[in-house]
Amino acid sequence: MEELIEKLKKEVIAQLNLEDISPEDINPDSPLFGEGLGLDSIDALELIVLLEKNYGIKIEDPKDGKKIFFSIRSMAEYITENKK
Amino acid sequence: MESLITSCCIIRDNKVMLNDRLIYYQENISKFADFAKSVYKQANISYPKFYKMDSVSKLGFLATELVLQERTIAGYLPEKVGVVFANASSSLDTDMAHQETIKDRSGYFPSPSVFVYTLPNIVIGEVCIRHQIKGENAFLISESADAKMICNYVNELFDNDRVDACICGWVEVLGGQFFSLAMLVEKPEHYIPTDGIIKFLPKIFNVEHVNLFLKPN
Amino acid sequence: MKPVYILSDNIITSLGFTTAENMEAILHEQIGIKTFDDPLLYHSPIAVSLVDTARLSAEFDTVIDHYQSTLHSAAFTRLEKLFILSVHDALKLQDVNPRDPRTLLVISTTKGNIDLLEDRNKMLFGHKRIYLWELARVIGIFFGFVTKPMIISNACISGVVAVMAATRFLQNGSYDNAVVTGGDILSEFVVSGFQSFQALSMAPCKPFDLNRNGLSLGEGCGTMVLSVNDRDNGKTAIRIAGAATTNDANHISGPSRTGEELSMAIKSAMQQANVNASSVEYISAHGTATLFNDEMESKAVGLSALSHVPVSSLKGYWGHTLGAAGLIESVAAVTSIRNNMLNRSAGFETPGVSSPLNVILKHQQAEVKTVLKTASGFGGCNAAIVFQSL
Repeated sequence: MEELIEKLKKEVIAQLNLEDISPEDINPDSPLFGEGLGLDSIDALELIVLLEKNYGIKIEDPKDGKKIFFSIRSMAEYITENKK
Repeated sequence: MESLITSCCIIRDNKVMLNDRLIYYQENISKFADFAKSVYKQANISYPKFYKMDSVSKLGFLATELVLQERTIAGYLPEKVGVVFANASSSLDTDMAHQETIKDRSGYFPSPSVFVYTLPNIVIGEVCIRHQIKGENAFLISESADAKMICNYVNELFDNDRVDACICGWVEVLGGQFFSLAMLVEKPEHYIPTDGIIKFLPKIFNVEHVNLFLKPN
Repeated sequence: MKPVYILSDNIITSLGFTTAENMEAILHEQIGIKTFDDPLLYHSPIAVSLVDTARLSAEFDTVIDHYQSTLHSAAFTRLEKLFILSVHDALKLQDVNPRDPRTLLVISTTKGNIDLLEDRNKMLFGHKRIYLWELARVIGIFFGFVTKPMIISNACISGVVAVMAATRFLQNGSYDNAVVTGGDILSEFVVSGFQSFQALSMAPCKPFDLNRNGLSLGEGCGTMVLSVNDRDNGKTAIRIAGAATTNDANHISGPSRTGEELSMAIKSAMQQANVNASSVEYISAHGTATLFNDEMESKAVGLSALSHVPVSSLKGYWGHTLGAAGLIESVAAVTSIRNNMLNRSAGFETPGVSSPLNVILKHQQAEVKTVLKTASGFGGCNAAIVFQSL
């Protein structure tokens, strides 16, 4: 799980063009949206693309996004449960 | 009464000229993204959204940022400041990037953060968000940088009191080649030299002077 | 301010090749948005509004003959055929001569010949055709325009900006006439992009409706011929009375949460037209049927004190035609004045925006003299324009 979390941090930074942020800066349990990384609606859609592109997981209902993308850890848990 | 160009930035050939001064020259950077990043850092800009922008938006954003580092628009009502930009290739640089994400059915992953930039006017949106500009805005296309086209459009805005100030110019990037001219144009009655020091002698906003800035040197 | 008159117009969409044909189809409740299953467009079926390709070819072959062009139909892209047919139809009454140096050509498009980026199309036309200035040159040359075309590419407000810009250059004496044309084609490029935004509805879109869930893409072309000289035919003159653009300065893809900036554009256009809220008889709205646009637009209408004004979005019939939308929906607005007709807002059943709107539920005759057209687009841009009969 920790390995996946570190991998995810790097992937999120790359996918969302978070250039001045390094993996150490991201707390896996902190909310991704709202405060912290200041992600917006386009970033939310990009995370859906990330899941499909890197892990083959398609999110059928975008409304589930809020739960899945709450934090890096919640993303890692979702991937572990659903990865093909 | 003619309007004045009160601040002006030219970015081309890896050089940045701000109000007649060469403020940056980085000979050995070949990729536009790297050049843009180094200008961003060197100009001490702190705006993380910059890294999400495509090349046209980065270029227009930087040129405008520098223009407004020398002259402020803080005294104007947001809805009386306009932005008029133009270029030749529209968003083709980014269009090709989007096309890459959809050309193979096996690797079909269109990206919203790329697609949103496949419209040339997004650079206007980025500039407006950064500087809270809400007035008249338009993106025009022309095969080559056309001073007359830009002057005609912007002068009409001033003549009919649609704007009190206007950011305007040319923002062209394609395949590593880039050129941007950004000008702040103001009505003469609003031109008061900051701190009593004239940093840059304003030029009358007309075709002759815009052509001077468009000329490579 | 010198008055600028609308002399003639054209609309080409899935519903027809003339303004009359389109408006007649709308009166008969034909919906141009249909399910298409074309893997070259998208990997699963989608609801889109496509121009009839067979008819497009046939009509274009006729026009080529008419102009005795030395070029074959195959020398023109799909979008160019749309533009040429539309401009040809609008110029039929011959009030305005394209070869006159006092006549301006204004072209509105968001993506131009974007289908030429596809591997299968790359070799069909010269490498310059992907550029909007080359597209404009091809259209200009076809009709013999001698002035440099003005090309507007400003997301979904392009069409309204084109009409606005043409009006301003007629009013300030730069030109006496203008042919303003806006068009875009449906493409894999655009469909895939909007899908990545999860912005597309699987069924014909429902502007302002509680259950709206996205837009329906469409293609088409619209043209208006403008002049400082009205045609002397005894019919009511219709003029462009005011127009403005603003920017939300909020987000590059999501609209303002307050609708304040669109309202500023509306108020500015109305002020130029010397029109107050009680005089506006119809709003031809942008109404894309996305959750956010319609909500924002309803707030803007409310802030402008226009909540009582009958409003419809015609995207329920034509889909969202991008660079054509501002033109074809403006032509529809002008037609409302000409025919004293208010058109239903197709797709609307249950009110679904927080600021009340007087959405038109069925086509009806009414005295229509002053119409407001609104538009908003990616990049936070807004536009508003007022058409008025004298």
